Amino acid sequence: MSSQSEVRFTDFKSDKQPTWCPGCGDFGTMNGMMKALANTGNDPDNTFLVAGIGCSGKIGTYMHSYAIHGVHGRALPVATGVKMARPDIEVMAAGGDGDGYSIGAGHFVHATRRNVDMTYVVMDNRIYGLTKGQASPTSRSDFETSTTPEGSQQPPVNPLALALASGATFIAQSFASDAIRHAEIIEEAIEHDGFGFVNVFSPCVTFNDVDTYDYFRDSLVDLKEEEEDHDRHDYEAAKGVILDTDKEYQGVMYQNENSIPYHERHGVTENMAEIPDGAPENAMDLVREFY
Amino acid sequence: MTEDLNWAIGGEAGDGIDSTGKIFAQALSRAGRHVFTSKDFASRIRGGYTAYKIRTSTDRVQSVVDRLDILVALTQRTIDENLDELHEGSAVIYDGERSWDAEIPDEITAVDVPLKSLAEEAGGAIMLNVVALGAACELTGFDVAYLDEALEKRFGGKGSKIVDNNKDAARKGRDYVQENYDLDLGYALETTDEDYVLLNGDEAIGMGALAAGCRFYAGYPITPATNVMEYLIGRIEQYGGHVVQAEDELSAINMALGAARGGARSMTATSGPGIDLMAETFGLVATSETPLVIVDVMRSGPSTGMPTKQEQGDLNMTLYGGHGEIPRFVVAPTTISECFWKTVEAFNYAEKYQTPVYVVADLALAVTEQTFSPETFDMDAVEIDRGNLLEDDQVAEWLDDQGHFRAHAATEDGISPRAIPGMTDGAHMSTGLEHDELGRRTEDTEVRVEQVDKRNRKVETAKAEEEWDYREFGDEDADDLVVSWGSNEGALREAVALLEDDDVPVRVISVPYIFPRPDLSEEFEAADDVIVVECNATGQFADVLEHDTLQRVKRINKYTGVRFKADELAEEITAKLKEEVPAQ
Repeated sequence: MSSQSEVRFTDFKSDKQPTWCPGCGDFGTMNGMMKALANTGNDPDNTFLVAGIGCSGKIGTYMHSYAIHGVHGRALPVATGVKMARPDIEVMAAGGDGDGYSIGAGHFVHATRRNVDMTYVVMDNRIYGLTKGQASPTSRSDFETSTTPEGSQQPPVNPLALALASGATFIAQSFASDAIRHAEIIEEAIEHDGFGFVNVFSPCVTFNDVDTYDYFRDSLVDLKEEEEDHDRHDYEAAKGVILDTDKEYQGVMYQNENSIPYHERHGVTENMAEIPDGAPENAMDLVREFY
Repeated sequence: MTEDLNWAIGGEAGDGIDSTGKIFAQALSRAGRHVFTSKDFASRIRGGYTAYKIRTSTDRVQSVVDRLDILVALTQRTIDENLDELHEGSAVIYDGERSWDAEIPDEITAVDVPLKSLAEEAGGAIMLNVVALGAACELTGFDVAYLDEALEKRFGGKGSKIVDNNKDAARKGRDYVQENYDLDLGYALETTDEDYVLLNGDEAIGMGALAAGCRFYAGYPITPATNVMEYLIGRIEQYGGHVVQAEDELSAINMALGAARGGARSMTATSGPGIDLMAETFGLVATSETPLVIVDVMRSGPSTGMPTKQEQGDLNMTLYGGHGEIPRFVVAPTTISECFWKTVEAFNYAEKYQTPVYVVADLALAVTEQTFSPETFDMDAVEIDRGNLLEDDQVAEWLDDQGHFRAHAATEDGISPRAIPGMTDGAHMSTGLEHDELGRRTEDTEVRVEQVDKRNRKVETAKAEEEWDYREFGDEDADDLVVSWGSNEGALREAVALLEDDDVPVRVISVPYIFPRPDLSEEFEAADDVIVVECNATGQFADVLEHDTLQRVKRINKYTGVRFKADELAEEITAKLKEEVPAQ
């Protein structure tokens, strides 16, 4: 463990300059993640970041921690493995909407229902950026892209509803440009005992001229505002907000107070990296079982 | 007196064939007899012919033969399926009171036992198979008391009444044969004071993993690898480990990779279709230099092929699978006990060389049970080598002048230092993209070549440092050489003895390492004929050996879905030796 008593969020910053487009929402998303990690008392040596593929997946290079940049769509299984082996380590997974809701949709459902104790940040820009502008699972149905010249003609996935249906214990949404609220929400996801899921509006300034900073600034409703009076522990209220597709919400939609993370439910407490020099004591009992 | 007894029980899937066979196998093993079992089963839960076969002797047995001495037939199909293996001295136990009219050839002794009625007398029709076991004991001169321990093991959890009823059922079967038949089939099964354990290849792989300190396993159910997962669940927890039943094989291998990045000894197991799904991640495991053990228990392919049948068709997949070029090791146990030891080795190679290591077994190994002396699995002999896993105070030696950890340092032997989460200053990222020493993406041509060479250098180091040996038997002075891999070894050992009787001496080499593998050039050079034996149609191992030695070989390939039998192999080898040598 790090001996540093005071961790600053810049400790999580690597010396690599991001190659994200100037103005990309991913800058804000990342800064919030770093702040939230520092604010929750983590340091790079006890943090493991699993990055997806695509623009968002580059985050593993720009942050500093133990990390792996995996194959497309599989960030959550990798993060699950890390957490099971190392319940003592803070685990975070980050990827994009294509990574999480298209190729990785199956893993999203199952990591959610397992309630693995990690924070999952999806940088949702409603477009495929790195492959230069194709429709993503969260693209609007009338959105014209190189692969949907007539508009996609399919409704977008509602990731929050997918999470709710999968038995999520923490569902939140934030906006990369609202720095303080975004960091605050990620911090809550980190502190949640279980799968902390945050869908982050992270605008693509190059390929998406619909879901822009201005669009989110104008339309976003923050559930923290008093007039909303949203009780995150009320499942029905959460359902109402999540299924309301007329508005874009920010905040914690749902949190299950009785959440027990997967590893605790299965009694996994030990650091699995530590093993004896030879076969375990009494290992011959394993053989005698076959008498 | 016949020493070598071949016994079988057959019926419909769902008839309890498997557990009944296992009870008898365990009883024989407890009586100090060697046992080798095999199964015929269909890919369905109920219905469909299924059989459990036991070969037993006081000598070691390690293959199946084309002979059946005692057959418990619960259906006519059981008799029909095994007709060619029954002989004049055979006996068939069946229940004449049941609805089918058994058609049994005249020369075979028909032993009609009211299995169902006697079971009902003992407490329930469900025990009719156990009544048959009692009848079989009487026919073979095997003391029914040996069944008791096996019955306790099987039914102990259900209470003493159930156990007692079963013991009673067995005795009713024995008594019925004693009272109604005056038969002497010539069997008097000897017993010995030896203590044997009875286990199959999947169980041996699971046990090897636990012995080697495996703490994390993720897998998806698939025949015939599922038993590895079922074995580990319920056992791995006592060492602080855990098994996750993943949503698919893609997830399974990625979870296992994640746990390995966390520092745990980690494993996944699957069969053909699952290996295909995992192939995407092979390259990530190799290029991120993550130690991982990947088990492939082969079955008949391609596609879903014949899920419950034997084949050795995935050698190319494990040797070459995945896009790009992937440094990896492939070990292939040739016996059930090697399933244990090669799994232990695999974990050491994985951590020493920070590579994926494939353990390639096959269905015939996985589902076959065999007796062993417990010392075969001497746990004191298990060594664990974690390679370059650093101690906390060693991390500093591997930082560059900016203080970055050089996780992929291009060392002389290709093996880099390894830091795991929690180690101060060891934080680093590894990416599946080509990367520099720090694990960061690069397209720099020099760094690319340096890293590719560095990863491949690990293989060269391993080739030089480890012993990639083989097992040899038969006549070492013979002119002709037979080479094999995987589960064929048992049948070959017995085939060699049969060939010796016929004055056809051969030398046999059984190879447990596919990559790296021993160099057989000199052995091939010295031999007149070389025959490569494998359970596939195209001769995948023969191909790599021809490539290695620049010599043509003869091939014996079986791809019926059934393993080699000793007598069949002896015949095929004899015939193959008479064929012209293929053109060079």
